[in-house]
Amino acid sequence: MKPETIQTLKKLERLDKRWVFLLVALAVLIPLIVPVKAPMTVSQATKDYYEQIEKLPAGSLVLLSCDYDPGSKAELYPMTVATLRHLFRKDLRVVILSLWPAGPPMVELALNELKAEPGFKKRYGYHYVNLGFKEGREAVMVDMGRSIHDVFPVDFHGANVNTLSLMGEVQNYASFRLFVNLSVGYPGTKEYVQYAQSRFRITMIAGAGAVSVPEYSAYLQSGQLSGMLMGIAGCAEYEQLLEEPGLALTFMNAQTAGHLLIIVLIIAGNVIYFMIRKKGDK
Amino acid sequence: MDTFWTWIAALLTLMILSFLYKDNPFFKVAEHLFVGLAAGYVLAIQFFNVFRPNLWDPLVAGENFLLIIPFILGLMMFTRFSDKHSWISRWPLAYMIGIYSGLAVIGFTEGDLMRQVQASIIPPVSTEAVKGFAADPGVLTALGMLSNPVIVFGLICILLYFFFSLEHKGTAGFFAKVGTGLLMVGFGAGYGYTVMTRMALLIDRFYFLISDWLKLV
Repeated sequence: MKPETIQTLKKLERLDKRWVFLLVALAVLIPLIVPVKAPMTVSQATKDYYEQIEKLPAGSLVLLSCDYDPGSKAELYPMTVATLRHLFRKDLRVVILSLWPAGPPMVELALNELKAEPGFKKRYGYHYVNLGFKEGREAVMVDMGRSIHDVFPVDFHGANVNTLSLMGEVQNYASFRLFVNLSVGYPGTKEYVQYAQSRFRITMIAGAGAVSVPEYSAYLQSGQLSGMLMGIAGCAEYEQLLEEPGLALTFMNAQTAGHLLIIVLIIAGNVIYFMIRKKGDK
Repeated sequence: MDTFWTWIAALLTLMILSFLYKDNPFFKVAEHLFVGLAAGYVLAIQFFNVFRPNLWDPLVAGENFLLIIPFILGLMMFTRFSDKHSWISRWPLAYMIGIYSGLAVIGFTEGDLMRQVQASIIPPVSTEAVKGFAADPGVLTALGMLSNPVIVFGLICILLYFFFSLEHKGTAGFFAKVGTGLLMVGFGAGYGYTVMTRMALLIDRFYFLISDWLKLV
């Protein structure tokens, strides 16, 4: 190998990381500004998530726990919107709660987005309720198996839950046909599987931030989760099944371009490293 | 008003992203603002959504006098501010540690240990996967047949890697090495999913900047 080539490789090895940041920014921005429709296959986990909601009879009660905050909005918010849209489209009634302090405003944001859509006819307190946040993590999960009214005496807006028509039919986990958990960490899906699904034998599906997917996949394989949306890709698949394009499908091209760049950078970094090391050995 | 808050959010996003170039006062301002706001928000929501409806209001209304016990335990926590009386706070802490340790043991045993062991006891080859392959021969259905053998073989190899009473030589060494390889595959998948999450966060912010703020899309 020529000495100039070695010098170039060494320069590349010491490349200022800000150039990498710039490349990643461009890789992500260009597909967002110039969108291209890329083909996509739907995974079995997403199909199962969709089917679990799809097969419920109209009027069934569904419990939805949104355990995330604005830091995970990118992945979990599109899931919240898509899931709520699906639940309302199927005429299911939803009780929403959160074990993360900043979760309820994210739920309100999603509900306001749906309310602004033409044809939205669902009524608060009758078709859906936002119970808000409750401190206590695992203790709350276990206590909801006894009485949800005791854990949430008032909703997110401060109204007594006994004044809400929908809550008259709710007692504990047994009142619900399905439990949906959208989470990205602690407390979230793992704890709900351990303290609610295993103990109270409820049918549970989950939407998870990609970073949590390897941990939660074991629950999918064991059947403790009956379906799962795996990160933004899983949500894009779900939006495709719903035939309701949302944020996740918009993000997918940028996501793919970003991943391709990271793969190229990892391969290039390793090739440069080994080439320089090989030359050094000689 | 919405435009005003969009501008505030956009400027704060840019101030945070400016750290990628180098540390600077704009980043520090945004960072401190976030920490202060988050602390204030959590305090307010804990007070109005937890403390008042679950403890104070029913206690004052005389609905449940037993709530005086958690109220006193909560007050005892504040003795941590005094060097002389801080030992009192160990009582409520001991109560909480006891409760959560008990819950953790039950939750882990029921939800993880038993169910995961149960899920690992599977036939080496799934008859459903074989039927699936017979009905629709293809790469995916063929890989589906490998699912159970990979789980069983992988589990044994990884458990052997963590079995330190046996020297990792010969046959045991081979299986332990395969176990190490499988663990590396797991770590790789974990890293890949982490990249996916971080990339999504970046995309979300960029999308906000070009759609809500700059109205480019």
